[in-house]
Amino acid sequence: MSEATMTHDSKVYGYLAEFESADGLLAAAKATHAEGYAKVEAYSPFPVHGVSEALGFHEAKVPWLIFVSGVAGAMAGIGLQWWTGSVDYPMNVGGRPNFAWPQFIPVTFECTVLFAAFGAVLGMLALNGLPRPNHPIFNGKRFELASQDRFFLCIESEDPKFEPTATRRFLETLNAHAVSEVRHDDED
Amino acid sequence: MAPKNPLEETFIEGEQSYASLDRAIGDIVLDQKRQPGLKWWVPFAIGFTLLQVMMLALTVLVFTGTGIWGINNPVGWGFAIINFVWWIGIGHAGTLISAILLLFRQQWRNSINRFAEAMTIFAVMCAGIFPLMHTGRPWVAYWLMPIGPDTLRMWPQFRSPLVWDVFAVSTYFTVSALFWFIGMIPDFATLRDRATKVFPKVAFGIVSMGWRGASRHWHRYEQAYLILAGLSTPLVLSVHSIVSLDFAVSLIPGWHATIFPPYFVAGAVYAGFAMVLTFAIPVRKWYALEHVITMKHIEWMAKIMLATGLFVFYGYLTEVFFAFYSGVEWERFMMMNRMTGPYWWAYWTLIFCNGLVPQILWSKKIRQNTAILFVVCMFVSIGMWLERFVIVVTSLHRDFLPSSWGMYFGTVWDWGLYLGTIGFFTFLMFLFMRFLPMINIFEVKELFSRMIGAKPASSPAVAKAEVGAHE
Repeated sequence: MSEATMTHDSKVYGYLAEFESADGLLAAAKATHAEGYAKVEAYSPFPVHGVSEALGFHEAKVPWLIFVSGVAGAMAGIGLQWWTGSVDYPMNVGGRPNFAWPQFIPVTFECTVLFAAFGAVLGMLALNGLPRPNHPIFNGKRFELASQDRFFLCIESEDPKFEPTATRRFLETLNAHAVSEVRHDDED
Repeated sequence: MAPKNPLEETFIEGEQSYASLDRAIGDIVLDQKRQPGLKWWVPFAIGFTLLQVMMLALTVLVFTGTGIWGINNPVGWGFAIINFVWWIGIGHAGTLISAILLLFRQQWRNSINRFAEAMTIFAVMCAGIFPLMHTGRPWVAYWLMPIGPDTLRMWPQFRSPLVWDVFAVSTYFTVSALFWFIGMIPDFATLRDRATKVFPKVAFGIVSMGWRGASRHWHRYEQAYLILAGLSTPLVLSVHSIVSLDFAVSLIPGWHATIFPPYFVAGAVYAGFAMVLTFAIPVRKWYALEHVITMKHIEWMAKIMLATGLFVFYGYLTEVFFAFYSGVEWERFMMMNRMTGPYWWAYWTLIFCNGLVPQILWSKKIRQNTAILFVVCMFVSIGMWLERFVIVVTSLHRDFLPSSWGMYFGTVWDWGLYLGTIGFFTFLMFLFMRFLPMINIFEVKELFSRMIGAKPASSPAVAKAEVGAHE
């Protein structure tokens, strides 16, 4: 009965397991994914290779976004030079062609890189939903260590398979240093 | 685990843990008592004083005009262009270290990349001042941009390398700043979480953008960072190539040469590594970072300096060869004038500083001796400045018509502005060291995690890391 009421406790964001090593986190991520949990996130002070893939995350939107931005930059660069020099204000310099494309390569290249770089930075931040100064995970016990020397795995309460006691017990089987509950801010 | 790389073990020395690395690097910013006192204040004060000289030189320049400089016919490109090329070149080592070495998976870069990227940004800021002021009317500098006929009734001339330069340098500055900032976000989060006082907690909380180290975030972050490195690599090559095209596209003897782009890029890296070492050698000592910026880093940077120095020296020899092999009278005269004309001292000092002095770096003993290395770096910085002086001045001061020959020397305002930008650079570097993490904390920790993963479990470093510093 108490378990049933707890599943409906909307104040619980999820359960957080703390690990002492990157390898421990990677093993736990694999086990959690194999167990069938879907709304899981791992937190680490530096990128641990394989963890996002172990959680079933294989996104490649950022590279595509950069490619599209780069192409847009190239079009903008060559378009700017063509339109200003050939259409809007053609100027005859020693009889040379107005659309002198070999001379337009440097500016086109610079525009490509500039746009692509903005695509990379803004795209990465936007897809990550940053900046976002506050997040329920920051309420986690000792979560300030996630940017220092500890590794965390959180199974979120929105997971269809989430069930307070069983989920907690499952996390405890993963050789975690500690398992704790993460709550939403009280005023939520 | 990845195959064990025997080199990885010496990149971070001593018994370390994640927490000890956080303390060594991050707490320099958070705990102001960790700052080295007078060793910070003295260079900072020198930089700040010279910054005032720069402000004075700029103020007088804006109110009087470029007539206060030594430029006149036939040398219209004096110190402004020399210093511009010198500073841009110095900046290039930062991008080389952070982007090109990343693509080549040279993990030793992790200890020096942040520092070198900061140098890039500050050097480009110094560089930008010169062409801006050289325009004579910096308040209409926006004419360089394609603003449109509504305000100007004309467009920039895109067939001119000088316009390419505007695009190249402004793109380079923007992309370098983005790369630098993105690289710092996870470190800002570390500082936010370690801070105990309210102000650093809030300030780093804002700039960290709420970074929480989620694996999906790291996934996208690494994709973006790697591709940014891939973009920066051709960018840095393009920037100095375009700078060299300012010269090479003209028809002036000594400038009109196809070797210019690669020769300029090599010179840029050469000067840049000299400047990185100039700062890294004292700073690693003052801030007790010898275990992160190890002698191996110092030695390898010295080796890169030696290698790029040889490229540059080869460039000098090629210039001489082609001046004679071309059979062009003007080219031959230019080269003889460089070597034996009124500026012979500049040419031969340049050969001595850039060509001969660095040859002592063939000796491992000297590469390991930071005092001598520091002196060699000074020679290289002076030599690279003289290289640009020789290129700009000797080609212009005696051109095709002997009736228009002349001499060029910098005035007190030229020197004031030049020394002033050195002060500006020093000022910014020391502010950076005090208030921002000067070594990439998360990359050093990642490197450390691979080191402990590659070692047998009984080693003390592993034991210490696993026990942890908490509780």
